[in-house]
Amino acid sequence: MKRVYTHGNRAIAEAALVAGLKFYAGYPITPTSDIMEYLAEKLPEYGGVMMQFEDELASINAIVGASWAGAKAMTATSGPGFSLMAEGLGLAVITETPIVIAYVMRAGPSTGVPTKSTQADIYQARFVSHGDYIIPVLAPWSVQEAFDLTIKAFNIAEYLRTPVILLSDATLAHLWESAVFRDRGEVEIIDRKKPKVPPEKYKPYEPEEDGIAPMAVFGEGYKVLVESLTHDERGFYIQDTMVQRRMVQRIVGKIIKNIDRVFEYETHYMDNARHAIVSYGTSARSSLAVVRDLREKGIDIGMVRLKTIWPIDEGSLRKTLSGVEKIFVVENNMGKLVWDIQRIMHDKEVIPVSIIDLDLPSPNEILEVINEWL
Amino acid sequence: MVVRTLPQYPIKKGEPAYKIWIFEPGWKGELPLITNPRQLAEQKRPALLPGHRLCAGCAAPIIVKLASLAFRGPTIVVSATGCIEVATTIFPYTSWAIPWIHNAFENSAATASGIESAIKALKKTGRLPYDHVDVVVFAGDGGTYDIGIQALSGAAERGHDFLYILYDNEAYMNTGIQRSGGTPKFAWTTTSPVGSVIPGKMEHKKPIADIMVAHRIPYVATTTPAHWIDLMKKVRKGIEVNGPAFIHALSPCDRGWRHAENLAIEISRRAVDTCYFPLWEWTPEKGYMLTDRSLSIARNPKLKQPIEKFLELQGRFRHLLKPENRHLLKELQEYVDAMWEDLLNRATNAPK
Repeated sequence: MKRVYTHGNRAIAEAALVAGLKFYAGYPITPTSDIMEYLAEKLPEYGGVMMQFEDELASINAIVGASWAGAKAMTATSGPGFSLMAEGLGLAVITETPIVIAYVMRAGPSTGVPTKSTQADIYQARFVSHGDYIIPVLAPWSVQEAFDLTIKAFNIAEYLRTPVILLSDATLAHLWESAVFRDRGEVEIIDRKKPKVPPEKYKPYEPEEDGIAPMAVFGEGYKVLVESLTHDERGFYIQDTMVQRRMVQRIVGKIIKNIDRVFEYETHYMDNARHAIVSYGTSARSSLAVVRDLREKGIDIGMVRLKTIWPIDEGSLRKTLSGVEKIFVVENNMGKLVWDIQRIMHDKEVIPVSIIDLDLPSPNEILEVINEWL
Repeated sequence: MVVRTLPQYPIKKGEPAYKIWIFEPGWKGELPLITNPRQLAEQKRPALLPGHRLCAGCAAPIIVKLASLAFRGPTIVVSATGCIEVATTIFPYTSWAIPWIHNAFENSAATASGIESAIKALKKTGRLPYDHVDVVVFAGDGGTYDIGIQALSGAAERGHDFLYILYDNEAYMNTGIQRSGGTPKFAWTTTSPVGSVIPGKMEHKKPIADIMVAHRIPYVATTTPAHWIDLMKKVRKGIEVNGPAFIHALSPCDRGWRHAENLAIEISRRAVDTCYFPLWEWTPEKGYMLTDRSLSIARNPKLKQPIEKFLELQGRFRHLLKPENRHLLKELQEYVDAMWEDLLNRATNAPK
């Protein structure tokens, strides 16, 4: 354990080293490049390899390959790069490959403002590839949490055999804060489940009771078929409705079944709150200031901050928000998470506080909107 | 005290020194290629206007300005993501005096293909009020060697009529000096750090101009901003040929190469003098032809300088000049010599 003063990108890189990262593939992109630069120096000391590829298409496919060769693998990118990774991400989903993608949002569309941030990409992070699937998306709000959630991202990826996205943003990427970094042995590190059956009985995509199939990698004596076509439990391409249904149910079901491991949120001042703000990532930092301001003025308002923005455990969120009258969803985009909250809390008044700001939505702007509705 | 006044720069008295290029519809003719500096200053305006935010000492705008002085008429510029794109068009300003389009990182050649095809179609149906509209791409090494090579190769294979100018600063300078396919062996970058075990980048530079020669497009050339007449002539040839043309221009970067701001031209010159970056052009008819200084070196091998002359000015190669790394220096010298010998064998105008 050590006390550090550092920035969000460094926290992600440090956490990846603690989580057991062994292969990093990347391509330079603002505001993510310093993750790669730091790992270029550090990863070899930990027995890993940092490799720069010719583009993001190569990077994501390289980590899929590395994961099947047995290494914990990761890449980091920003919006334009993630757009290029769409196909590779789908490959990781259907082949149930554990990988972690650190996605540091910048303002878009297209090149946008590379050095500044919004939270406009939360839907791209969820749904960038085609087909039916759920991939966990975690959104840190501080340097400390960038560290903690990166370790969590590796743990979920390995445990659930799925790609996981750590959704940071340009503000957090270069925000300096003090934090506590734990070492290996001080945090829980989960490794992928290995098959317990003899090789002749092993099926690479046959789930156990928890919905997750044990993963044998190349060279362990098991027959490993990594298939991007619709496949049955053996990994054979079968063009059949029932196989397609089974496969999609497996990919989606393993996440839903283990939603307690994935979904995480925290509450601030929510005891007996009359109103609530729902927020996530860096815009929650402004929201918390607003909550404190309003509390000082005698308004009973609290805040729910989602650490996992996809998938959302609707039941538990409903329970937390059931007692409030008005819900304000504060986010730094044209209003995206608010669609989910409006759906989940359909019997309540849910008000979007969508403020596009290249830095953070300022508390004053948020207050202005909330005051109008209170 | 001597009072220095600027020369009468504009073409006409009273006109601004810099302004937007306008070709009225129906404009005919060709802008002449001028290489006399005085005439050039009096009669030509570069397509890159002042006020851009490229770093002090950067060679890239010199390449763009020299190239634009060789344009022959209405020209559309395509920029891949990179230093030039970012620094010349910071909102709400632009430095471009001519039509300019930016696209994503990987597809400048594809965008240029689309523009060229549309021009062809408009011309065919008589809807283009000009004799010729040229398409010129400016892309960096990342957007050419790495992520952009697929689009470039495709456009070359389809044979679109455009000129692709690669300004090669040998790393991803815009995002903070990460190695690229164009970074030379043993160079320091942030993703190929120099340490006690690994001496910088471990791989050689990709021979991008030779890759384009292998496509057998009508014109391929290498050049540097130090050899400015050579550069302008080559740009003009590249524009005039019918079909894709590719020019590889070395572009020293003081931030990334770690050299003083006033040395970009000197380093370009030494790159050629040491045969690290020979000047040549290639056409299907004549094959490889050495030009300018490289032709002089071929004729008089005494002019060839040792590679240290090129390395000594740059911080990114500082470790190579340490006594314990003499073997690396030797390896690099042998590589440069071998490549130069190979080029001499291929060049049709080199003395045999």
